[in-house]
Amino acid sequence: MSQPTAALTPGFAHPVHDAQRTFRAVLEAMARPLTPQPLGVPLTPPAPLTAEAGVVVLTLCDEQTPLWLDEALRGSTEVTTWIRFHTGAPLVDDAAQALFCLASSPHSAPPLDTLNLGTDQEPHHSATVIIEAAEGAEGSCTAAGPGIRESLTWNGAGLPPRFLKDRQRLTEAFPRGVDLLFLTPGAVSGLPRTTRLSLIGDI
Amino acid sequence: MGGQAMTLTDQRPASEPRIVYNEGYLDEQTKRAIRRALLKGVAIPGFQVPFASREVPMPRGWGTGGVQVTASIIGPEDLLKVIDQGADDTTNAVSIRQFFERVAGSASTTHTEQATIIQTRHRIPETPLAAGQTIVYQVPIPEPLRFLEPRETETRRLHALEEYGLMYVKLYEDIARYGHIAKTYDYPVRVNGRYIMAPSPIPSFDNPKMHMSPALQLFGAGREKRIYAVPPFTSVESLGFEDHPFEPQSFERPCQICGSEGVYLDEVITDDAGGAMFVCSDTDYCARTSSGTSTEGAPQ
Ligand SMILES: [Zn+2]
Repeated sequence: MSQPTAALTPGFAHPVHDAQRTFRAVLEAMARPLTPQPLGVPLTPPAPLTAEAGVVVLTLCDEQTPLWLDEALRGSTEVTTWIRFHTGAPLVDDAAQALFCLASSPHSAPPLDTLNLGTDQEPHHSATVIIEAAEGAEGSCTAAGPGIRESLTWNGAGLPPRFLKDRQRLTEAFPRGVDLLFLTPGAVSGLPRTTRLSLIGDI
Repeated sequence: MGGQAMTLTDQRPASEPRIVYNEGYLDEQTKRAIRRALLKGVAIPGFQVPFASREVPMPRGWGTGGVQVTASIIGPEDLLKVIDQGADDTTNAVSIRQFFERVAGSASTTHTEQATIIQTRHRIPETPLAAGQTIVYQVPIPEPLRFLEPRETETRRLHALEEYGLMYVKLYEDIARYGHIAKTYDYPVRVNGRYIMAPSPIPSFDNPKMHMSPALQLFGAGREKRIYAVPPFTSVESLGFEDHPFEPQSFERPCQICGSEGVYLDEVITDDAGGAMFVCSDTDYCARTSSGTSTEGAPQ
């Protein structure tokens, strides 16, 4: 049996229920784009990994999901050890190889055109990017598409304008694409590939 | 997973049972794979996502795909409703509800508007679904093009190229032959203007309920190992033609028990002499309409 190091903080206290609750929040988030869903965070993973990122990674990642981490996360041995121990996910340096990418800030998200978009026949073999959103972001987009009754406005999560423009263009690649999850304290929102964004002004 | 799983189990408080009979029924690894498939299904509405369905011995009519989807989303906070042909009280429906009460700790209900999850075979409830609800369809044959093209590699290609001409030709042949489209259940739909999807063997009467539904719709096909989804507020158009638009089944008469009009009716034989009456197939709706209990309102 593998022996956790003294520094290793625990994973879910109640693995079955905690994963189920987290998944329901993520599922609702993906089904109702850009509408924050409350996320319980019964975890204290090592910084700079947040509790929100921790619960989502524990819920979705395992040996079958190559995971890319941004520099801040990759640079922390405590974070990489924690993720490896609790999920078994192989950590990859090349974001193109990843099924999940985890970015600790909007500015460290990998460029979308470097990611796995899936193929027309297998669009589900595509990356999901989990991003810690900036609080109080002041961008302005309108969003429409499946899961949104008419349209809604969105603050852009603090993503750089270039990223948002890439994301806007990527809609045309459907069914290929990348699905995004945004984390804010105690909440998760989704941006599936079907959501059409219109950028308002120059953000 | 061995060492890791044991360590996680050891972290549980002593008051929790150490060995739980596969809480939620499936092991965590299987649930994660299904959950990832569900997320991609929601992100690509109407696209059939392959998943590693477990070989699960289950009684006929349980729908291994539907049960695996429900098992991957349900928790102790849920209120589960299960219907089989519109009825909550068939052997199958009762068994599935009891099964999830045991393995997921969920509570059950027959009231459509109270349920957070509705697992169904053959019907969509008459009471309109609301935001916050999830409906899980049991699907025997997920591929709407299967009867035109038996080869999986080929149907996948047709979906990828959005090459649906053959499907329309087949439906038009029906019109030429019978004057209308013959299919009355599992009537194909187009989701979000892109993928053609099998709605499962619901009557075409129910098809319009899928269009722009506030509820999340999930589909599980166990034998064929496919999961697909329709997010809330998503266009679901039944296939048709300008000169022969889709027409759902309709019933001329009201239910002979509750008097409701515009509901799906079953013919029930009432005596040996061949007497019959037409009554709601949705037993919850019928019972509560006839007793005057409201079926309006939404959960949460
Ligand atoms: Zn009735």
